[in-house]
Amino acid sequence: MIKISKFLFLALFVFAACTSDNGGEEPISGSENSFDRKAMLANWADNIIVPSFENFASSTQDLQEKTNSFTINPSEENLVQLRSAYKKAYLDFQTVSMFEIGKAEELNYRNFLNTYPSDVSTMVNEIESGSYNLSLPSTYNEQGFPALDFLINGLADSDQEIVSKYSSEEYKSYLLDVSKRINSLTIEVNASWQGTFRDNFVNNTSSSSTGSVDKFTNDYVLYFEKFLRSGKIGFPAGVFTGEPSPGNVEALYSQDLSRELYIKSVKSVQDFFNGKYYGSNQTGLSYKQYLDYLDSMKDGQILSTLINNQFGTILSQATGLDQSLKSQVQTNNTEMLQAFDELQKEVILLKVDMMQALSISVDYVDSDGD
Amino acid sequence: MRLQINKYFNSYTEAVPLAVFRLFFGSMMLASIIRFWLNGWIEKLYISPKFFFSYYGFEWLKPLGDFTYLIFMLCGVSAFFVAIGYKYRLFIISFFLSFTYIELMDKTTYLNHYYFISILSFLMIFLPANAYFSLDAWKDPKKAFQQIPAWCIDSLKLLLAIVYFYAGLAKLNSDWLLRAMPLKIWLPSKYDLPFLGDLMQQEWVHYAFSWSGMLYDLTIPFLLLWRKTRFFAFLLVVLFHVMTRVLFPIGMFPYIMIVSALIFFSPKLHHKFISKISSFFGIKKSKFDNSLRLVFQPVKRQIFLSVVAVFFIIQIFLPWRYLAYPGELFWTEEGFRFSWRVMLMEKAGYSQFKIVDSETGKRFYVDNSDFLTPFQEKQMSFQPDFMLQYAHFLAEHFRKSGHKNIEVYVENYVALNGRKSAPYIDPDINLLNFDDSFKYKSFILPFQDEIKGL
Repeated sequence: MIKISKFLFLALFVFAACTSDNGGEEPISGSENSFDRKAMLANWADNIIVPSFENFASSTQDLQEKTNSFTINPSEENLVQLRSAYKKAYLDFQTVSMFEIGKAEELNYRNFLNTYPSDVSTMVNEIESGSYNLSLPSTYNEQGFPALDFLINGLADSDQEIVSKYSSEEYKSYLLDVSKRINSLTIEVNASWQGTFRDNFVNNTSSSSTGSVDKFTNDYVLYFEKFLRSGKIGFPAGVFTGEPSPGNVEALYSQDLSRELYIKSVKSVQDFFNGKYYGSNQTGLSYKQYLDYLDSMKDGQILSTLINNQFGTILSQATGLDQSLKSQVQTNNTEMLQAFDELQKEVILLKVDMMQALSISVDYVDSDGD
Repeated sequence: MRLQINKYFNSYTEAVPLAVFRLFFGSMMLASIIRFWLNGWIEKLYISPKFFFSYYGFEWLKPLGDFTYLIFMLCGVSAFFVAIGYKYRLFIISFFLSFTYIELMDKTTYLNHYYFISILSFLMIFLPANAYFSLDAWKDPKKAFQQIPAWCIDSLKLLLAIVYFYAGLAKLNSDWLLRAMPLKIWLPSKYDLPFLGDLMQQEWVHYAFSWSGMLYDLTIPFLLLWRKTRFFAFLLVVLFHVMTRVLFPIGMFPYIMIVSALIFFSPKLHHKFISKISSFFGIKKSKFDNSLRLVFQPVKRQIFLSVVAVFFIIQIFLPWRYLAYPGELFWTEEGFRFSWRVMLMEKAGYSQFKIVDSETGKRFYVDNSDFLTPFQEKQMSFQPDFMLQYAHFLAEHFRKSGHKNIEVYVENYVALNGRKSAPYIDPDINLLNFDDSFKYKSFILPFQDEIKGL
């Protein structure tokens, strides 16, 4: 008995000793003994998520104020002002839409703010009857930015005609309600990050499926796959039906905005991946650094480099698209399908390679393993 | 030689280890079923999905909607009666059937552990586990025996030995031993374990765990068999399984294996245990200690021994069936299941199915979440037999909704043990040209690396 236990210990010792001179398997420089996940969560929260929401909250506040001015005094001049506030807020929304966790998740924040296409005929009926309840999930497609887009860009062909619609009190109050709701939901989410949720998020360093890293990563990848790849490109290009449907683009009624929104969201996802602070070029801990720490060498290349290169490919392909993705679908849908293919490659890198390297499982079912 | 074999099959031993085994097995199975139920997994895994992945040849076997709960109830009740040894043969058969039915409903949930329980309960049908310390033996003294044929206990030891030894053999490959994969991926993610978290980040720990795991699996059956090392071996069993419990989401299995290993201990220890239980429950243990010997009737003995012999021949050869397939086993997974290949791979995939109208060339992609749960999608995305079945299901679905001239293609990437994801299924092959079978699946693209070893 003693002999065998000695043998086992010796064996363990020898293997342990042998492995240290295993060429090429050394962790890359800069990484210490362990990766500080709490510091990564803190960087995400303090330098990216919270400042992004703060900035977005000021945009939605401005949006509400501009809406207010427009409804008090519906003029073409005020309409132009409102449009520019709308555009700024919609672009800023792309920097927070991927953070559907905590309060945002509880509220179904993204669904309320950005479900498109809007159900325009129902919306018009409700405006004219004056009976609607925007807090119902059944009204996702009657509010948020897509509804606002219709109300300030799609109601009529000319600005003059649009402005004339707002002589009616029903239209005024609906428009104001939509703006207010965008702002109030945002205030709520922003407040939870300013309050206790930030600490809950950062302190929940558990490696289980309910831990922040695990849960957030699932949300992050889901956002990229479903809302960015499928939502912004896939559905309008008709990849899931075989029928291109230009009516499914984001910001359908603002002719020149959809590509900009798409690019902004891709950049936001990439910046997050690299741990880039909001509104600054400084970087902190995020997936890139985590992957580098875990030494994920792929094909002689570093996985984080492959992912960043693919982001680069996506963005450079995007610059070749029409400013209006709607007319891109109508004139040359092949470019849209190409955009989808490039996004698809990134989905595989994120969902298969990155999540495997981080040992985060894709499903939420906590069933037993082997 | 022949004489020795005859002598062996006519040798007898105390029945008490088998009775203790029955008691633990039944209780643990009951606990497992209750745990499964309380976790809401019956609903989540067998009732809410719209589609189920069948084993080849068992396509007719499906969950029964809300009646699925009845199967679980039957299984739990059977486990309870097995534990107390009431109408043992009837209930071990109904346990085996209900448990196996549950496992066959959807191969998404396949685990070697479940397979182990299935075949173990099958083997137990042929063992007189109610001869001692059971309600059957208590009520009917004609059924009570203190001694049973030695092979009855040895067959359980043999099954456990096969499980461990084959699990050890499966670890003799370059990914496990030379790259410390997949532990190198799994262990660092356990950073939040008290005391061990930082250690899990060390590369040498990954190698030490890989090698000691392999040595443990290969040697533990022998260490348990040999009297001198038995106690030490049992400590190792406890240490090993507690460790796996701490590190991995592995459910009840570690406890089942720890308790099963008790079968290797002498009857003396088991008698002590039964005495404790007896005095606790106020049962007269002496009623079972009748020194009688259970001698099977010749015909029954012949049948039982033949079945058990065939069972073990299958168990010994089945894990080698992968040799009949070309390509890397870990990649194709042809012959992977039912072979004690436990915790060997970190494998993940992504599959985008494409429905094409062969006449017009019109095509569209499928949103898998329309049909599959996230768990099913995950399992489907790296296993070719799943994808084939799903492709046929999709064709049927879209045919019903009016599509014509359907062809189904899949763009599929798989990453294995930390390698970069690579194309897995030939994207230019219409999957409808293939039916599921045990034949080599030629639509799997070759593995771009090499894994040496068994």
